[in-house]
Amino acid sequence: MFFQTDQLQHLLDNLQAKGYACIAPQVRHETIIYDEITSVVQLPQGINDQQQPGSYSLSANNGSKYFDWANGPQAIKPLLFAPTEMLWSSTRNADGNISFSAVEKSEKKLAIIGARACDIAALKIHDLHFLQQQFVDPYYQARRENLLIIAVNCSHPADTCFCYSTGDGPFVKDGGDIVLTELQHGFLIAAQTEQGENVLSKLVLQESTAEQCAESERIKSNASKQNRQLPKLDVKSRLFDELDSETWHTIAEKCLSCGNCTSVCPTCFCHSENEVPELDGKSSSHYREWDSCFGQGHSYIHGITIRNGTSLRYRQWLTHKFSSWIDQYGRSGCVGCGRCITWCPVAIDVTESVAQIVEAP
Amino acid sequence: MFDMNPYLPHEALIIERIQEAPELFTLRLEFTEPEIQHRYKFEPGQFNMLYLYGVGEIAISIVSDPEDGNIIDHTIRVLGRVTRGMNKLKKGDRIGLRGPYGRGWPMQEARQKDVVLITGGLGCAPVVSAINYIQQRRAQFGRLNIVQGVKHSDDFIWKDRYDQWRELPDTKVLLAADVGAELWPWHIGPVTVLFDQLEFDPQNVCVMMCGPEGMIRATCDHMLEKQVLPEQMFLSMERNMQCAIGHCGHCQYGDKFVCKDGPVFSYDKIRDLFAVKGF
Ligand SMILES: Cc1cc2nc3c(=O)[nH]c(=O)nc-3n(C[C@H](O)[C@H](O)[C@H](O)COP(=O)(O)OP(=O)(O)OC[C@H]3O[C@@H](n4cnc5c(N)ncnc54)[C@H](O)[C@@H]3O)c2cc1C
Ligand code: SF4
Ligand code: SF4
Ligand code: FES
Repeated sequence: MFFQTDQLQHLLDNLQAKGYACIAPQVRHETIIYDEITSVVQLPQGINDQQQPGSYSLSANNGSKYFDWANGPQAIKPLLFAPTEMLWSSTRNADGNISFSAVEKSEKKLAIIGARACDIAALKIHDLHFLQQQFVDPYYQARRENLLIIAVNCSHPADTCFCYSTGDGPFVKDGGDIVLTELQHGFLIAAQTEQGENVLSKLVLQESTAEQCAESERIKSNASKQNRQLPKLDVKSRLFDELDSETWHTIAEKCLSCGNCTSVCPTCFCHSENEVPELDGKSSSHYREWDSCFGQGHSYIHGITIRNGTSLRYRQWLTHKFSSWIDQYGRSGCVGCGRCITWCPVAIDVTESVAQIVEAP
Repeated sequence: MFDMNPYLPHEALIIERIQEAPELFTLRLEFTEPEIQHRYKFEPGQFNMLYLYGVGEIAISIVSDPEDGNIIDHTIRVLGRVTRGMNKLKKGDRIGLRGPYGRGWPMQEARQKDVVLITGGLGCAPVVSAINYIQQRRAQFGRLNIVQGVKHSDDFIWKDRYDQWRELPDTKVLLAADVGAELWPWHIGPVTVLFDQLEFDPQNVCVMMCGPEGMIRATCDHMLEKQVLPEQMFLSMERNMQCAIGHCGHCQYGDKFVCKDGPVFSYDKIRDLFAVKGF
């Protein structure tokens, strides 16, 4: 189906009428971030992004398109798996009795507009991690159940993107509620779930023409031509064959162990738990916070830091992401979004690192 | 829904506190809600997350007997922030408790087999739970070998218990210290040299180990030489644990999560990475 660009505001209005807060891209601090909007004028219209290892910038192209850019530092992950959140609190009364209460589950309905194929692939991994293992995470679950996803197919991958090579993009296969393709004049729109159908039924849509479908195919094929890719070798077993490779040290000489890569990575799930006692001594709050395998404390057990150097930490990140992840979740932990490349302050390129390690003679 | 919140501890009462050694104590616990206590079931080798009010949570093995329905014992070594605070708790104080977590020792599988229990380091709680279990059901197991290695003979704790175990039928207790004080009556040197004194049938044995990974590695090598199958060698692992439910990622060991796939692993499951620096 097809709709005119001026219908986009109707889509927002309909979602808001259904009680959704619309989380959408907007330009802030010279990047594209996702936050609540009420009007399409807040969208980044006529904006391109330029991404390179270690750099990100935006420029105006005077066009009328809203989604003419690839991605910003984050999208869905922080909406479901909060960077920091209270899990429960405890109180202690005068008799020393302790009572525990969990934080109320979130009832807030969120519609994310403009999620990309890589973000949705990452979301599916997090669903598997937080919801479909032995224990269900109730905090993630509550927010997940209240999330509606309006995805946008990518037309302009960045120089750092390699989702075509991981098989996750540039077009959304499944996992969204609604998928949009932005054409020169208007959008193709399709529902992928019943929830999506419901939203669609409230819009004024037209049958899409053969020409519009051809335009969409052209966009897809252009967006599939990406500059980066993963080596075609058996990365999974090669990485573990090369645990002693000198290359880990070469990369570690450059790596700052800052953890930017793990925090922008849409699939990294590591977190730590912290206790924050109130000053009055009568109650205490228990938080969780994103953590990174690049941190000193991540592998600490009393008296020993298992990964006590950058090369061991970089090796953990890469072997987890591209190898042990496959045993854990049936696919690699990399969806090719390129964020860790762009946001690395010293421009380390994960595709290059993998290639250097696995292509060693 | 939040009844099933796996992050949420429940209040437990300290019904007894036992000083085992200068820096080692046992807390005997009971949930204050009878309903929760009633539902609580565990196996030797599993662990709980213990919460010290206002300070934090730590992973601690359960050392009491799974059939002693109403008590949950934890033997804790005083090390850092949380354990130092817990050391100050007294009978009648309360803490938070959630669990049990992970996979324990293969006690069913070990039945009728000879058993070799090897611990290194300081008062290795996970193996103690297995010894206690066998002690209560001595006739169900074959020959029993208990080996304990410590760095310095002064670190040797629980002399009484070892004396008790030595009295069990068909049981050998072997002790070694890398450095022995005067009058230390047992072996001086690494535990591995005691291995020739072990009595077991390599085709019908279950080996259970915990302690420093270097020692475990040496033990496994020895056992493999004796033709013991790696599937019959079990070890309990320790890694940083924040959540204990497979979410926080801290306990990852290659593709394993020690908190839910372990802490007890058979050697064949982790052999490839075992003792590799950085995992
Ligand atoms: C499965 C399992 C079973 C255990 N069973 C026992 C037991 O029965 N008795 C006992 O005395 N100890 C046991 N430990 C070790 C115990 O968890 C640590 O000694 C304890 O966490 C140290 O906490 P701390 O705050 O006093 O020390 P600190 O050195 O101040 O540690 C700070 C934090 O780091 C983490 N940490 C430190 N050491 C460890 C560790 N070894 N394992 C996991 N996280 C750690 C904890 O979050 C801890 O709060 C077990 C550990 C694991 C993983
Ligand atoms: S590893 Fe890098 S490219 Fe892959 S999903 Fe994570 S941030 Fe994106
Ligand atoms: S171990 Fe490292 S790479 Fe793996 S999820 Fe955690 S932070 Fe990400
Ligand atoms: S302790 Fe959190 S994943 Fe194992």
